[in-house]
Amino acid sequence: MIALEHVTKRYGSTTVVDDVSLAFGEEGVTALIGPNGAGKSTLFSLVGRLLAPDAGRVTVDGQDVATTPSSRLATTLAVLRQDNHVAARLTVHDLVEFGRFPHSRGRLTVHDREHIERAIDYLDLGAYRDRFLDELSGGQRQRAFIAMVLAQDTRYVLLDEPLNNLDLRHMTEIMRLIRRMADELGKRVVIVLHDINFAATYADRIVAMRDGAVVADAPAREVMRPEVLGAVYDTPVDVREIDGKPVALYYG
Amino acid sequence: MLADPTAPARPPAPARLAGAWARPAVRLAVLAAVVLALVGAYLFTDVPGSLSFALEHRSRTVLAMLVVSTAVGVSTVVFHTITQNRILTPSIMGFDAFYVLISTVIVFFSGSAAFLAFDELTLWLTQVAVMVAFSVLLFTWLFGGKRRSIHLMLLVGIVLGTFFRAFTEWMQRMLDPLDFQVLSDAMFASLTRPDETLLALSAVLVAVGCAAVVPLRRTLDVLTLGEPTAVGLGVDHRRVVMVLFAAVSVMIAASTALVGPILFFGLIVANLAYSYAGSFRHVWTLPTAVLLGMVCLLGGQLVLERLLGYGGTLSTVIDFAGGLFFLYLVLRKGAR
Repeated sequence: MIALEHVTKRYGSTTVVDDVSLAFGEEGVTALIGPNGAGKSTLFSLVGRLLAPDAGRVTVDGQDVATTPSSRLATTLAVLRQDNHVAARLTVHDLVEFGRFPHSRGRLTVHDREHIERAIDYLDLGAYRDRFLDELSGGQRQRAFIAMVLAQDTRYVLLDEPLNNLDLRHMTEIMRLIRRMADELGKRVVIVLHDINFAATYADRIVAMRDGAVVADAPAREVMRPEVLGAVYDTPVDVREIDGKPVALYYG
Repeated sequence: MLADPTAPARPPAPARLAGAWARPAVRLAVLAAVVLALVGAYLFTDVPGSLSFALEHRSRTVLAMLVVSTAVGVSTVVFHTITQNRILTPSIMGFDAFYVLISTVIVFFSGSAAFLAFDELTLWLTQVAVMVAFSVLLFTWLFGGKRRSIHLMLLVGIVLGTFFRAFTEWMQRMLDPLDFQVLSDAMFASLTRPDETLLALSAVLVAVGCAAVVPLRRTLDVLTLGEPTAVGLGVDHRRVVMVLFAAVSVMIAASTALVGPILFFGLIVANLAYSYAGSFRHVWTLPTAVLLGMVCLLGGQLVLERLLGYGGTLSTVIDFAGGLFFLYLVLRKGAR
């Protein structure tokens, strides 16, 4: 379980995460939604030890993020950020190999190689394994990064807006994959999403943030209500039932 | 690279050659052979008098080249990886500015005669100490505290470097022409006739720097993915970068104090190494950069001695070739 206890983070005089207490990671897929600037990415950075909170404590399976060695946390928790730009030319295989770094410190064992192969197969990247990252499409590159995170073989996987800049087909592909990772591999996935309909379809639980605070935290179906979503995004959102599924309409 | 089991058992000879050339180990071995050939050419050809005298004299120069190319090659590649930027050199932090400043201050206050008579060891020690102290100060101030920003540190380094350069220039303008002549002569990197003690001391410092960097080579590979991803993969970014940066400053300080400012050539060598090595892994790029440094220095020295008859300085030769290469790099980047 990933737990935040009264966590606060400020940038200068602006409070971006305001006294948040939250526990997640017990359900298969948790979606984190909210408008831009709500503090979602900052929350991820706090959990992923890229930022230190100004107050409060973050624990992963009871280990305090601030004091546990980074290398140990990396075997429990994998974080994929937005905008993964790599300056060096590496192939898909090279990238996925890095996922084993927390376990092998760069000296790959047979066991590590099995994990790498499995991750490449799981993301259906076999044909691209020797391609350089800059020769891939956005969707393929995103899959390569997810394969790296998968090879890391952690219980918790945090993905920050993995659907950024992807088209319909690739977004659906990635979301199905995330669902499968949770159901088949027992991963606990937490994703930041902007498309609330994806959140409603694929997530077990939705946590909504606004102005640095958690404003809704419930099973997907309960969050998908016009008054809740309207308050989260401060814009009118209509929710209709289509084939038994709630669908949010916010196109104006 | 793994052998492909589905490939035909014996591909034709050219394909085999191309396959071998794709392997970083083969490329490195070829480069090492070139360096050995150049060392041989430098040591044994064009010997005017006694061979043993020439050998003793020249092998010391070769050793100085090895120290310098190791320091500059390793530190530039490491610096590129830390900063995620391949067109910087550690000189951006004002290392060479300090070197020139210290010498200028000595000439300014006590004249060129005193400067020439100055104890080399004291000068070397002062320069190393000041350069390392400056970078450590800058680093702990802007990276060690709560602010951990490499870019802010670089920016402050540039500003301070410019300030010291301007200050140096101002002092140089006030020198009498003879003093200025002596000073500018000393400011061009020279690899011939290094002092034995200084060479040994510099070699030790550079070896210490390498001893810190080499065990971190795999972590350096992870750092190429950028700080967020590296942290996610369990790299203690702050500690690792601190160790690497300390190693870089010690190596650069030692080699600059030994031969003078020569950092620009690190840029050429490192970028050549990235395209030549055939792998992004530091296990290959680091030694490739060092060996390419040897090729540049030996080649430059041979051109200088045998073709130009000492009609210039080594840094002129290297900066000329390096400037052209740098333009090529920038223009190629723009074309893409």
